[in-house]
Amino acid sequence: MRKQQTLVLGAVAYDPKVVTIWNGFRDYFAERELAFDYMLFSNYETQVEAHLAGYFDVAWNSPLAWIEAQRASRKLRRSCSAIAMRDTDQNLTSVIVVQAASPFREIGDLRGKRVAVGASDSPQATLIPLEHFAAHGLRPGVDFEVVRHDLLVGLHGDHIGGEREAARALMSGSVDAACMIDGNHLLFGQEGTMPAGSTRVLAQTDRYDHCNFTILDGAPTRLVERFEALLLAMDYGDPAVRPLMDLEGLKAWRPGRVEGYALLERAVDRFETLAPWLAELNSGAA
Amino acid sequence: MIHELDLGTLGLDRGGHLLVQRGLAPLSPGDRLRVYGADPHLHVHLGAWTRAHGLAVEPLEGPVGRSNNGAPLVAVIVAGDLVRRRWAGAERTGSAQAVAESDVVERPPSHWGLAARGARIEAGAPSFEFTLSDKAVVWADEAARLYAQAAAAQWDPETAIDWGAEFTLPVEVEDAVVQVMTYLIENETAALIVPARFLGRLHPHFREVMQLLAIQAADEARHIEVFTRRALLRRSELGLSTSGGQASLKTLLDEPDFALASFLLSVLGEGSFLSLLWFLREHGPDPVTRAVATLTAQDEARHVAFGLAHLKRHASLDPGLRPRLAQAIERRHSTLEHTSGLNEEVFDALVLLAAGSWAPDAIARGYESVGRLKQEMDEGRRLRLERLGFAPVEAASLSAMHTRNFM
Repeated sequence: MRKQQTLVLGAVAYDPKVVTIWNGFRDYFAERELAFDYMLFSNYETQVEAHLAGYFDVAWNSPLAWIEAQRASRKLRRSCSAIAMRDTDQNLTSVIVVQAASPFREIGDLRGKRVAVGASDSPQATLIPLEHFAAHGLRPGVDFEVVRHDLLVGLHGDHIGGEREAARALMSGSVDAACMIDGNHLLFGQEGTMPAGSTRVLAQTDRYDHCNFTILDGAPTRLVERFEALLLAMDYGDPAVRPLMDLEGLKAWRPGRVEGYALLERAVDRFETLAPWLAELNSGAA
Repeated sequence: MIHELDLGTLGLDRGGHLLVQRGLAPLSPGDRLRVYGADPHLHVHLGAWTRAHGLAVEPLEGPVGRSNNGAPLVAVIVAGDLVRRRWAGAERTGSAQAVAESDVVERPPSHWGLAARGARIEAGAPSFEFTLSDKAVVWADEAARLYAQAAAAQWDPETAIDWGAEFTLPVEVEDAVVQVMTYLIENETAALIVPARFLGRLHPHFREVMQLLAIQAADEARHIEVFTRRALLRRSELGLSTSGGQASLKTLLDEPDFALASFLLSVLGEGSFLSLLWFLREHGPDPVTRAVATLTAQDEARHVAFGLAHLKRHASLDPGLRPRLAQAIERRHSTLEHTSGLNEEVFDALVLLAAGSWAPDAIARGYESVGRLKQEMDEGRRLRLERLGFAPVEAASLSAMHTRNFM
C-alpha cells in the first residue's frame, strides 16, 4: 500500500531531462510542504494502464494519452479530468508544408502524392494533420500515400525526431509534403533543416491543445488541490522557479480544459487509433 | 496604447523576431503591437512565437488593415511583462574597471559565478564553488598593470632566441648545462602547476588577478619549452632529478593556502630563481643559455612582483598573516630538514658552468661565483621579507631557513 501523504505523479521519460524536471518539481513542492514523488514510464500506454491500476495519482499526459485515459475510464465506468496545463500547450496548430517551388496550391493537389508524417502516434505530426486531410476529402493511405517516420513510438511524438525526419524527407524530394507542428516549422527554418524561403505552408489545421495533468476518480482530493494550487502559483518572475519553468517550456500554468482535444478525438475516431489498445485493455480488465 | 511594426517581407525564420522583440520592449503591459508583414508564413510563425513567449494575440476582425507600405496586418500582440519580471531581481556585479575601491567587492557572492565583472546578472543563477573569493586574500591593485605588462612582453620562443647561434663547449660543460636545464624544467613545472591550481579556485570577479595567474602559467609553459630546447640542443637525453629536489617542490604543491603557497613560491622561490637566472645570464657558457636566462628572468620578475603586491596588501589588512607566513617557512624547513636540498649534481654543474673549464683557477672562480649567487639569493629574500614588514633580524633568520633547493 502506498502512503497517501505523498502525491505521486506518473510521467513518460521521453528525454533524460525529464528526471531533472521532476526532481525540480519535487523540491519546489517539498519546500511548500507537499510531499511529492514521481514514477517514470517508457511509453504512454503503460502509464495510462498503471494510472488506472492505481499506481500513482496524477499523470502528465500527452493529448493522446488523455484521450486514452478518458476512453478507458469510461469503459471501466470511471471518470477522469484534466486539472492543469501549460500556457504553451494551448492553441497549437499543425501545418502541411510543401517545397516552395512545387506546383501544389491547395490540399487537393496532394491527391496521389506522398506525404511525410511523424510517428504513428504523434497527435501534432500525424493524427491531426491526417484528420485535416480526411476532413478535406483525402483519405490517408487511399487518396495519398502516408510516409511515416516512426521514431520512438509510444512517446506520442514528444520526441522531435519524427518531425525532423519528415522535414528532411521533404527537402530531399522523397516526399511531396510534410506535416509538423507550427513551432517546428519556424524552428526548422531557423536551424536550417528547411532553409527560410524553401518551403510553403499549404494548409494549417484548426487549433488544438496539448499535454495536461490528468486525475482519475478517487484521487486524493486534498493533495491534488494543493498540487493544483501550487502549480498555478508558480510565478515566472520568481528566480527560484524560473529555471524549472524554462526547462519545462512554459511561462504560466493554466487550469485544465478539454475542449482543445476535439480535433484529436475526431482523428482518433476516424482512424480507430485506439481500438486495438482499448480492446486489449478490456480483455485485460475482464 | 497601440503601436505598429512593419516587417516588410522579413519573416520570423530570417530574424524578424528581433524586430518584434524591439517593438515590444518599450511597451507597457496591455499595450498593443500591430504587426504588418508580407512574409507568407508570418501568421503561422507569429502564432507559434508568441505562444512560446507567453504573449497573447488578439483575433483579427473586420477588413484586413494595411501598413503605409501596403503590408497586411498579420497579428495584434498584447504586450506582457515577462521580460521585465525576468530582470526585476537582476543585480550589477561591481564595475568592469577597477578604479574605485568599491568597483571590486570584498566578497563576491558565489552566484555571480562566471559573469563578467560589471555585468547585470539575472537572479537565480547557479552557485559556483570558487573558494578563493576574499578580496583581502587575492587582490592587488597592481594586478591590471602587471597583466598588461605581461601581455605586452610575451615572446615567441622560436624567434626570440637564436637557436642556431654557433658555439662549442667542452663536453662536460655542455653536460653541466643540460643538468641545470633539467633542474630548471622541474622547478618551472611546479611554478606552472601551483598558480594554475589556484586559478581554478579563484572567483572570476577578480578578473585582473585571474588573467595574471593565467599568463603566469603560460609564462612557465614557455619557460619549460625553452629550457627543454636548450637541454636537447646538443644532447638527446636530459639530466638527473633527485628525490630531495622533488620533495622540496612537493611541499609547494601540497600547500592549500593561497597566501602561503604564493609566499613560498613567488616571493621566496621565484625570488631566489631570479638570482639564479641572472647568474646564468652572466655566467652562461653559450649565447643560447644566456638568451634563455635573460628572457625567462624578465617574466619571473613579474611573478615575484605580483606575489609581493598581494601579500603586502593582505598583510596590511590582516595582522595575523605575517606570523602565518613565518610559520610556513618554519614548517617547510622542518619538513625538508632531513632531505638533501639542492642536488649535488646541480650545485656542481653550476660551478662548472660558471667556470667554463676544468682548469683549477676556473673552478675556483666558478665556486666563488656560486657562493656569491647563494649570498645574493639570501639578500634578495631578506629584502623581500622586509618589504612584507618583517624586521631585519627576523627576515635574516627566515631567509636562512629557505629550502636549499632554491625554489
